[in-house]
Formats: sequence, structure tokens, C-alpha cells
Amino acid sequence: MDYATFRGLSTVGMLILFICIYAWAYSPRRKKGFDEAANLVFADEQTGQEKQSGAESK
Amino acid sequence: MTHTSPSHADYNYTVVRQFAIATVILGIVGMAVGVFIASQLYWPQLNFDTPWLTFSRLRPLHTNAVIFGFGTSALFATSYYVVQRTCQTRLFSDKLASFTFWGWMAVIACAVISLPLGYTSTKEYAELEWPIDILLAVVWTAYAINFFGTLMKRKTSHIYVANWFYGAFIIVVLILHIVNSAAVPVDWMKSYSAYGGATDAMIQWWYGHNAVGFLLTAGFLGMMYYFVPKQAERPVYSYRLSIVHFWALIALYIWAGSHHLHYTALPDWTQTVGMVMSIILFAPSWGGMINGIMTLSGAWHKLRTDPILRFLVISLSFYGMSTFEGPMMAIKTVNALSHYTDWTIGHVHSGALGWVAMVSIGALYHMIPRLYGNTEMFSKKLINTHFWLATIGTVIYIVAMWISGITQGLMWSAVNADGTLTYSFVDSLQASMPFYLMRAIGGAFFLSGMFIMLYNVIMTIRAPAGSLVEKDA
Repeated sequence: MDYATFRGLSTVGMLILFICIYAWAYSPRRKKGFDEAANLVFADEQTGQEKQSGAESK
Repeated sequence: MTHTSPSHADYNYTVVRQFAIATVILGIVGMAVGVFIASQLYWPQLNFDTPWLTFSRLRPLHTNAVIFGFGTSALFATSYYVVQRTCQTRLFSDKLASFTFWGWMAVIACAVISLPLGYTSTKEYAELEWPIDILLAVVWTAYAINFFGTLMKRKTSHIYVANWFYGAFIIVVLILHIVNSAAVPVDWMKSYSAYGGATDAMIQWWYGHNAVGFLLTAGFLGMMYYFVPKQAERPVYSYRLSIVHFWALIALYIWAGSHHLHYTALPDWTQTVGMVMSIILFAPSWGGMINGIMTLSGAWHKLRTDPILRFLVISLSFYGMSTFEGPMMAIKTVNALSHYTDWTIGHVHSGALGWVAMVSIGALYHMIPRLYGNTEMFSKKLINTHFWLATIGTVIYIVAMWISGITQGLMWSAVNADGTLTYSFVDSLQASMPFYLMRAIGGAFFLSGMFIMLYNVIMTIRAPAGSLVEKDA
């Protein structure tokens, strides 16, 4: 495989990789886990008032 | 899994406090040197005919003090704070934490002594000579072990996105520093780069631009992803977007460095790669900005009453502005006008003052009272004063440099009908002079805000725990 082919293939490879990252990140199955993760910034507050949705749903 | 959050006494706040105070003090030192050398450009007599007071020696002191003293201390402080609170565990090692603080202060002290004495490797943002480079690498390795060690013993199932950005920043800065600082020593304070010619230049700007990309961008995005949601009391706008723009940012930044070497001996295709990658980089950069600003959707009214949130949001606005300006300046034809002019300095400062400093200041105002058992700073009014001084100072600074830079670019490239240059260099220097005064004034505004911050921080630290809490109805 010459260098030009290698470069072409690696570009296609990166494209596919990024499509996979998008598919993984935007999959509905990830939604709940991501909500939990997004609420981690509030999870160590002792006061119960400003809890966001999902913060306790482990 | 039930939440039994560790009480705050279980966190190592000592190292966070040390780095937070160091940030404020070194910020004042670095910015004061900046205002001083800006004044030298207007009043050259200010070098007092003393070698160690000349612009050429103090300029690297300014950049090192603000990037490694102020900015990096802010990253140490906030990363140690965020990683503990989002992993709900104490730092991996208190001894290593203490070592990173004193080790880092030793690096800064060495810089403050060696740079004015004229010891320099001449590589921009990597001027420190090889023994200091080795110390820096050792301290940074300890930092990496401590940070990732803490992630490994986390009590939460997820690694919060801020820690991804901090983690990428820590790893990449170590790699960049070691590769770019590779040198052949000839004696204790003199070395030659391990690379030659155009390769050396490429490695330097691969380092230089990724220092911007990973230290001044990824690290501070980590800060943003914790402190903006926290201060707005809303989770981040889109967690998915944060993942996608993280990987895009990491994958692209590495390629953009060659835009610093347009129209040089670097192969033309390498310059084009740098240009193209820089333009694409616009997308993930704005992904981060949009994610941060949209976190406020539904909470915009808080901007009216909360100066800390105002600091954080204006920092994102400057981040968006400079990451639009950057790709534009990386386009070769634009670069032909902007390169080597004050426009570059204006661009750097819209990022450094507008983004890096403002987001750090906002984060510190949120964090410092919490480190001392309170929730509010001593004076909200003074935060507001600081906000306006910082904002006005930044705007004065960058507008001055835009005008001066474009003037320089146009004057330098103007040619007469017979092909001779229309203006001499001194002509362009005279045209820039009023803007050098304006820049020094802008810098002084920003610096004066930092003194107000120092006073506010001292008063907050001296206040008894529990005395400064939110006074709401």
C-alpha cells in the first residue's frame, strides 16, 4: 500500500469513527446515563432543594 | 447505589486553597509585568538602560507568568476541586498534591529568576532552560498520577465531562512539553534544540498551538463544564454535544499548528493542512461555546443579579469570538495581512483576557468562599466592579490591537508603482504609537480589577466560616 492510499484510507477511517461517535452519543439508550452524568455536578450538595431531575435515579 | 456524599471535610481542600491563592497573586504579577512592558512600547525609557528590565527579557516573563503562573495554577486549583467533587472522593494522594504545589511554585520561581537574567531556549512559551524543563516534567507527571488516580478511585459510576477535558489537557501538555523541550545541553543553563531548521519550527508550533488548544482551551473548557452549570444551577445544555465536541476538538487541534508558519520554509502542503484543519476546528470550538451559553436557557434572568455568572458568560462570548477570529486568521490570504502584526497580539489577548482569565476569575469567585466554609464572596458589589473593569479593559486592549495590526499589515504591504515600499518600518511604528498607549491603558484596567479581586479574596478568607451565606428572602 503506497502512502497516498494509506492517507485516503485513514481519512475514511476517521470519518467512520466520527459517525460511530455520533451514533453512540445520540443513541436513545445513552440518554438516561448521560442525564445522570450531567447531574453529577449537583450530586454532592447536601441540601435537597436544588436537586435536578435524575440526580438520585441511580 | 445510594448517595452518601462525603462531607466536605473529606476532600483535600488544602491544595485547592494553595493553588487558588497562587492564581490571584501570580495573576497580578504576570499582568503587572504585561502592563509594564506595554508601557515600555510607548515610553521606551522605561527600560532604564538595565538589561534585565528590557522588553526582550520581560516579555517571556510576562507570558510565562500569566500562562504557567496564573492560568495553570487556576487549572490545578479547579481540576483538584472538580475531580474530587464530581468523583465524590478524596484526592488519590495528599503528598503528591503537596508536591505538585511546591514543585510548581519552584518552576515559577525559576522562571522569574532565569528569564530576566537572559537564560532562554528562545522557543516561544517554552523559553525555560533544560533543568527547569525536567523539573516541570516531573511535577506534571505527579499531577497526572494524582488526577487519574483520583478518577480510578471515584465513587460515582460516570466520569463527568469536565474531567475528560482536564484529563486530555494533562496528558497532552505532558507529551507536548517533553517532545518540544528535547534538547542537547552544553552547560547548566544552555542547550540546543534536538531538532533542526524547518522541523524545529514545525515542532515548536505543534507545541505552541496545542499549548493553546489543550492548556488554554481544553483545560478551561473543563473548568467551564463544571462552574457554568454549577453557578447557573442547571445541568449542562447537552451532554451528548459535550462528548461529540470533545472528540472533535481533540482530533483536530493537533493538526492546526502549522498555520503559525504560513509563507515560511515549511512545505506548502503542511501549511495548507494547518489552514484547513484550523477552519474545521471552528465547529467543535463553537460546540463548546453554544453548550456553555445554552446552559443558561431559562435562567437568563440570573445574569441581571449574578456577576459571577456574568463573568462566566462573557468568557464564553470572548471564546466564541476568538475561535471565530482564529480560523479566519489561519486562512493564508488573511494571514498575509495579519501575520507579524499586532492583530495577532490582539487575538491572543481576546482569548487570554476575555476567555481564559474571565472564566478563571468566575470559577474562583464561585470556589473560594466554598473552600472556606461559606457560599458567598465578601462583596458582590466588588465582583461587579471587577467585571466591568475586566470587560472594558479587554475591549480597549483588543480594539487597539486590531486597529494597530491592520494598519501595520496594510502599510508593510503597500508598494509604489515602481515596486519600492511606500512606508518604512518606522512609519508604521509611528502609526501604531497611539494604540500602544491605548493598549497599556486597557491592560491597566484589567490589572486594577485583579487588585480588587485580591482584596475581596482576602476579606472572604478572613471571614468566619458560615458568616457569608446567601441573603435571599
